[in-house]
Amino acid sequence: MAVKRKKSNTGDMIVPCGKEDSNSTEKKSNGKEHLLPSMIKNKEKRSAVHAQLKHQKKLEKRKKAKAREADEKRALEIGEEPPPRKIPRTIENTREFDETICKPDDEELFAGNDGDEFSSILKHESTSKILITTCRFNSTRGPAFISELLSVIPNAHYYKRGTYDLKKIVEYATNKDFTSIIVVHTNRREPDALLVIGLPDGPTAHFKLSKLVLRKDIKNHGNPTSHQPELVLTNFTTRLGHRIGRLIQSLFPQDPNFRGRQVVTFHNQRDFIFFRHHRYIFESKESKQSDSKATKGKDTMDEKSAQEKTVARLQECGPRFTLKLISLQQGTFDTKGGEYEWVHKPEMDTSRRRFFL
Amino acid sequence: MQHDEVIWQVIRHNHCSFMAKITTGIFCRNPYNVTGICNRSSCPLANSRYATIRDHEGIFYLYMKTIERSHMPNKLWERVKLPRNYEKALEIIDKHMMYWPKFLVHKTKQRLTKMTQIRIRMRKLALKTREKIMTTPRKEKKREARREEKAEKAAVLDKSIEKELLERLKRGVYGDIYNFPVKEYNKVLDMDGLQAASEDEEEPEIEYVEGYEELEEEDDMEDFGGLAIEEAGEDDDN
Repeated sequence: MAVKRKKSNTGDMIVPCGKEDSNSTEKKSNGKEHLLPSMIKNKEKRSAVHAQLKHQKKLEKRKKAKAREADEKRALEIGEEPPPRKIPRTIENTREFDETICKPDDEELFAGNDGDEFSSILKHESTSKILITTCRFNSTRGPAFISELLSVIPNAHYYKRGTYDLKKIVEYATNKDFTSIIVVHTNRREPDALLVIGLPDGPTAHFKLSKLVLRKDIKNHGNPTSHQPELVLTNFTTRLGHRIGRLIQSLFPQDPNFRGRQVVTFHNQRDFIFFRHHRYIFESKESKQSDSKATKGKDTMDEKSAQEKTVARLQECGPRFTLKLISLQQGTFDTKGGEYEWVHKPEMDTSRRRFFL
Repeated sequence: MQHDEVIWQVIRHNHCSFMAKITTGIFCRNPYNVTGICNRSSCPLANSRYATIRDHEGIFYLYMKTIERSHMPNKLWERVKLPRNYEKALEIIDKHMMYWPKFLVHKTKQRLTKMTQIRIRMRKLALKTREKIMTTPRKEKKREARREEKAEKAAVLDKSIEKELLERLKRGVYGDIYNFPVKEYNKVLDMDGLQAASEDEEEPEIEYVEGYEELEEEDDMEDFGGLAIEEAGEDDDN
């Protein structure tokens, strides 16, 4: 009760209860430190206090931002350097230290690369040939997704899944000289998992598929041609990520046709791999600087004002989806006897700053 | 004394805990019931002479109960192991239930047939691989969805793709396909230098690893063979 009384004096009069108290105005400044809104049991009072705190924070933030802008403007007018901008804190900035992050001068990594399963494809010794199939029960969106995958990945073939065992399919594909198998797994009439098996004895990666958007659902989509696309893989930093990156790379042919101007992107952000397929074009754009801005000390800006910038414009074509790695197993598909290199466990999610790819 | 009729009246009309009434009929949950239906002639409680087949770990046993042992519940049911062979099992049933009412013998044999078929089917299925359904708790699903949303916003995909393409253009990966005058190239480079401060915030991590990232692009394998160490040095200058 005493706690509530303190706040009611200085807080707003929304709550018209008779809890006025004369003292403790001076305690307000100290009160914030050891009185969190969560300590107040009364919901109305608590929400009122919380709203007030937020409002105050917002005002302070605005004041700071204005002060910063004024400082910058003043510095530019005077002619000296504006104060350096602060770097905002992001999750990527504050990522937990991971000792498996690849360094550019890692001999062991290159040696490993030479000896792993993808090296023969990645060194142009053999071309990739993909077998795409589904799980036993097909879905509504499955066939559409598969046909789009066929158009994105060159040299891919679709075979209907009978009731064959997956291990038998692996054997069959090895006999027919395929380099990898992609199994699209369906749940609740939607494709929701992707199993990528490298052959002949390559690793098996199990991905969870989400946010699938088909080509027809994308506004202003483009149509892919049959030129071989370029590949962009970003942010695969750790050893595991590097391995997955090479796995994905081995699905695509190693000799892209730059005249085709298509690019397939696998972007890893916080362990989610985003897939995009674009057609791009480079354009030179005139960038005009308006004179209303302060022109006195802006030598740097003058250089920019009458010149052309090259920009890349993208038109999205092809499906859009996100993958998340669930498990990576060494060897071909064998859930019972296989050796897992990496398995996702729920206890790995406890930290928001820890990522594995 | 065994008054089967009395027992049946009491059970049926008052309450039997083994009875299960469903829309399609009345069933008996008693494990010793031969047909599975709640009937005057199929009730194991209301018949002092009764026989059934039960399955234990893949082996079938013939259970029989007679009125002579009805006062010893411990030794009530007599158990006979049936052979694996279906015909031989039928003969054994005939032998043991020689002078029993035809109804019971017939029903026991029917039950044996059914259970043999079930056993065959179970064995066939065990050889095939079946999918096992793994469930994830709802909390996790929602958490993953939330994190994915945020990751998608954090990864400004279009911008990063465009940046990557421009860098490849600058590096000359595309060769002479795109003719750009050198003057513009330098201006673009200068601009990039100015904007380096602001762009650093976006992907500080990529900066460091970028030199190594080159390995990932297929075209590098042609140009630079296996090791890309000198590439790393080159990018650090940017």
